[in-house]
Amino acid sequence: MDYHSPASFAEASALAANATGTTRFLAGGTDVLVQLRSDLVTPNTLIDIKKINGVQDITRNADGSWTIGVAATGAEMSEHAELVRDWPGVVEAMDLIGSTQVQGRATLTGNLCNGSPAADSVPAMVAAGVTVTVTGPDGSREVAVEDIPTGPGRTALNKGELISAVNIPARGANGGDAYLRFIPRTEMDIAVVGVGVNLRLEGDTITEARVSLGAVAPTVLLVEDCAKAIIGSTLDEAALDALAAAASAACNPIDDKRGTIAFRTEVSGVLATRAAKIAYARAKGEQA
Amino acid sequence: MALDDRKSGFTFVGTRPNRPDGLDKVTGRAKFGADISAPGMLFGAVLRSPHAHARIVKIDASKAEAHKDVKAVVTRADFADVLFKPGLEGEFWNVLENVMAGEKALYDGHAVAAIAATSALAARDALKLIEVEYEVLPHVTDVDKAMATDAPVIREGAADYSVPEGMHPNVVRYHDSGHGDVEAGFAEADLVIEDSFVTEATHQGYIEPHACLAMLGNDGKGELWCTTQGHWIAQKTCAALLGIETSQLRVTASEIGGGFGGKTTVFIEPVALALSRKANRPVKLVMTRSEVFRATGPTSSASMDIKIGMKKDGTITAAQGVFRLQGGAFPGAPGDMTAMCAFAPYNLTNVKQIGYDVMANRPKQAAYRAPGAPMGAFAVESVIDELCKKLDLDPVDVRLKNAAHEGTKASYGPRYERIGLVETLVAAKAHPHYSAPLKPGQGRGISCGFWFNHGGETSVSLALSEDGSAQLMVGTPDIGGSRASMALMAAEVLGIPYENIRVTIADTATLGYNDVSHGSRVTYASGLATIKAAKHAVEKLSERAAAKWGIPVDAVKWEDGCAVPSGPNAGDFDPMPLADITADMGSTGGPISGHFEATPEGAGVSFGTHIVDAEVDPETGKTSVTRYTVIQDAGKAIHPTYVEGQYQGGAAQGIGWALNEEYIYGDDGRLQNSIFLDYRIPVASDLPMIDTVIVEVPNPGHPFGVRGVGETGIVPPLAAIANAVSHAAGVRMRQLPMSPPRILAALKDNG
Ligand SMILES: Cc1cc2nc3c(=O)[nH]c(=O)nc-3n(C[C@H](O)[C@H](O)[C@H](O)COP(=O)(O)OP(=O)(O)OC[C@H]3O[C@@H](n4cnc5c(N)ncnc54)[C@H](O)[C@@H]3O)c2cc1C
Repeated sequence: MDYHSPASFAEASALAANATGTTRFLAGGTDVLVQLRSDLVTPNTLIDIKKINGVQDITRNADGSWTIGVAATGAEMSEHAELVRDWPGVVEAMDLIGSTQVQGRATLTGNLCNGSPAADSVPAMVAAGVTVTVTGPDGSREVAVEDIPTGPGRTALNKGELISAVNIPARGANGGDAYLRFIPRTEMDIAVVGVGVNLRLEGDTITEARVSLGAVAPTVLLVEDCAKAIIGSTLDEAALDALAAAASAACNPIDDKRGTIAFRTEVSGVLATRAAKIAYARAKGEQA
Repeated sequence: MALDDRKSGFTFVGTRPNRPDGLDKVTGRAKFGADISAPGMLFGAVLRSPHAHARIVKIDASKAEAHKDVKAVVTRADFADVLFKPGLEGEFWNVLENVMAGEKALYDGHAVAAIAATSALAARDALKLIEVEYEVLPHVTDVDKAMATDAPVIREGAADYSVPEGMHPNVVRYHDSGHGDVEAGFAEADLVIEDSFVTEATHQGYIEPHACLAMLGNDGKGELWCTTQGHWIAQKTCAALLGIETSQLRVTASEIGGGFGGKTTVFIEPVALALSRKANRPVKLVMTRSEVFRATGPTSSASMDIKIGMKKDGTITAAQGVFRLQGGAFPGAPGDMTAMCAFAPYNLTNVKQIGYDVMANRPKQAAYRAPGAPMGAFAVESVIDELCKKLDLDPVDVRLKNAAHEGTKASYGPRYERIGLVETLVAAKAHPHYSAPLKPGQGRGISCGFWFNHGGETSVSLALSEDGSAQLMVGTPDIGGSRASMALMAAEVLGIPYENIRVTIADTATLGYNDVSHGSRVTYASGLATIKAAKHAVEKLSERAAAKWGIPVDAVKWEDGCAVPSGPNAGDFDPMPLADITADMGSTGGPISGHFEATPEGAGVSFGTHIVDAEVDPETGKTSVTRYTVIQDAGKAIHPTYVEGQYQGGAAQGIGWALNEEYIYGDDGRLQNSIFLDYRIPVASDLPMIDTVIVEVPNPGHPFGVRGVGETGIVPPLAAIANAVSHAAGVRMRQLPMSPPRILAALKDNG
């Protein structure tokens, strides 16, 4: 196995472009090293991106948007009071990952690029309208988070491409987001269903919404019908019922050791309504 | 065994000093199974079957053997039944067949070959060079399906004499017991409920994987260091499997990171020894978590039918149970234990129980705390709960009305001596938990539980030092704070402080035979032996004092750590402290030691009652246990904190078993969830604070009244939680684990 720690994204991209066999980028390593040790994936080339300048930074830009470095950890995000205030849903989703030890290493980018349909931060990022900057041999492009995963363990990144930044939009006024997952335990588990909701209000009425489901299909889903079900409403009972129905209808899950099709379908509706209520309360400036 | 001078007033016993191994464990100084190495050591790795059932047509290890880092490859041909004809019989053969497959791989994860190489990574990678040709056979993993006529046969001729004619060859043992006339009893009942229940296999889930370091020369002399609940059984079994003399293999037990019954046999130890013999180098072998799940012993899965009749006043008129237990591809599932324990808490006129031991294509089951009892209690106590509900009776009152007591003829035969079930029920009724109001969505469950407890072969040796301190050698690995209890009991007899006694778990070369730390026997049996060994030393101390004073030895008695004249006519001498006697023992007759060897048989059965509150989310089926109280008879709690720890541990493991833990097999017969991510044991935040009440009804079979406490605590939880969940959800849960998908489906079925 070849180990590299390049000083720039361009160098990292070139290393990846010229590598043969299996390549992995090493961010927190909480997926990569676990897979290595359990003999699941032994990369031929391991490219550590943590030595690149600025990758740990969490920056609030002049327009209120955020740039999160690809090595910024869950713990650093949770301890960033302003980020928590703007995007509590994204931060709480990231914060659900693993334990204190894992939080000290795990990153948004790693969670996204590992390609798990159950990755916790991904539905929250999709709901929040997050994009990533992808750097490759031909320069950089900006891609919506929902367009990165293409299937379990697979992403839309081409050979030689890597993510160089995570861009969260400006929160703006009267907005709120939330993420909930279902696990049979209270922590240290993998989502059986995950739901991210992000919305904006005018008065009591929802004017914008994005709802994303995790662990119910081969990739995380952005569900337009869920958004439609609540846009224009005050999140009354009828809107919540329509939201639950739309969430359940969007599910395309599997029966496996973690949950049944019937269970995932039912619970995605339940969690969508619960997450929407929290996002709604946050948009109104209430504690939730 | 007749007991003289039973004790009831104590100085040291009943106090709560820190355990002697505590500092080592919290500072990382303690040496567990994998914490040892030897010069020139090789690393082992085991190749395991990917098939649930397959004939091994051919194993070609030539490529692996040719690899420069590989120093030895072993297969079944390297073990005793081949090397030393006529080979092994009975359980030794079963263990051998389990640690290294013979003609067939019998379950997913069954060992088929092993390698020793110069590094752990090299060993792991070299496994991929071994080519095994399999002929895949039909498999079965479910207990009911394994008994069906068309089930694949796992091994012809494995059944013993007890199995009735006409049963499938996978049924290998049968148990049938009871008394009275159940049909007549059912006829007397006002209400009879008949119901069926299923539980899945669970793993003991000890945090430390199996690990060992083995050295075996061609001269047949060996050394083995391993994490085990019993190093003498490891010694005996490994010696048999490798065809060497028992005494030539010295086995040392490491500190142990949990066992719960799962480390009462061997898995990798004989393999490491075989590799070492072949390579002529020390070999270290450490299992991965996935190997632990796939190839060590989980508990049995079970399918059960219960029928109980009750009068309107709560009197049970008859009880009947059929218990089918699947224990993997070998005989040994404790269907007999399940049957015998199921109705044991009750004083029944008419009772009948049948148990089956059934083989399936799964790993060989191993003991797990009160093996067989929890599942039976789940089924029986669920039906009793349903009867109480339908007849509108208080569940504790009904159990009190039917409770077994001294003199009751047990469901499994004998009459009980003094037991403490009634006392636990009375304590339950009086506990504030039992009368605390419940919130909407919550339910309360109670259950009783029974376990036999065990005595077993025991040797203890105690040696005094010149400075008056003592070293105590016991042979039962300390799996729950037993060194503290031993020191307290020795202190009580010798009259010297707890801190002045060092307790060591001796290796097999240093002490006589000791049974495994199982059957809740350690504080009872090693404790009894410690007391006797200390008394033996006290006799010698008294003799030395008598000689110094020039009086007869029966004129000396031992009080508070000193020899004192037994009365005014014995003479007027100042008390002579222990340290004054040991100071010059070399010149007054030589070293002073005490020892004791026996098989104590008065273990004393044990009962507990648990109260559980649970809350069920009706939209997701998720359960949280909101309050939990364990009430159990300890006979006498030597170290109350560690008794409470056993109670809490039983409840915690029971919560896991009841709610989320299970072996999940795919249609291909392969285990789907062999990691802690998917095999869901409770994490700390899943558990409420578990309250405990220690009831003390002294065991007549122990000098201080001790009953074992290690196992009974896991018997009531499954039923108590199922009863709580069933009340909270408004629907009876008959299958474990009560995972959210199962509860949600039951709620939907219920409308
Ligand atoms: C004990 C434990 C508990 C866990 N619990 C959860 C949980 O609850 N929820 C959950 O979703 N996950 C969980 N995980 C998985 C893991 O922690 C997360 O997926 C984490 O976010 C991965 O981030 P990382 O920085 O460690 O990624 P790494 O392991 O470093 O990388 C993961 C993947 O991302 C790729 N990658 C990394 N950086 C880049 C980049 N800049 N550009 C392109 N590709 C990149 C790597 O090539 C690799 O394929 C858990 C893991 C452990 C060990």
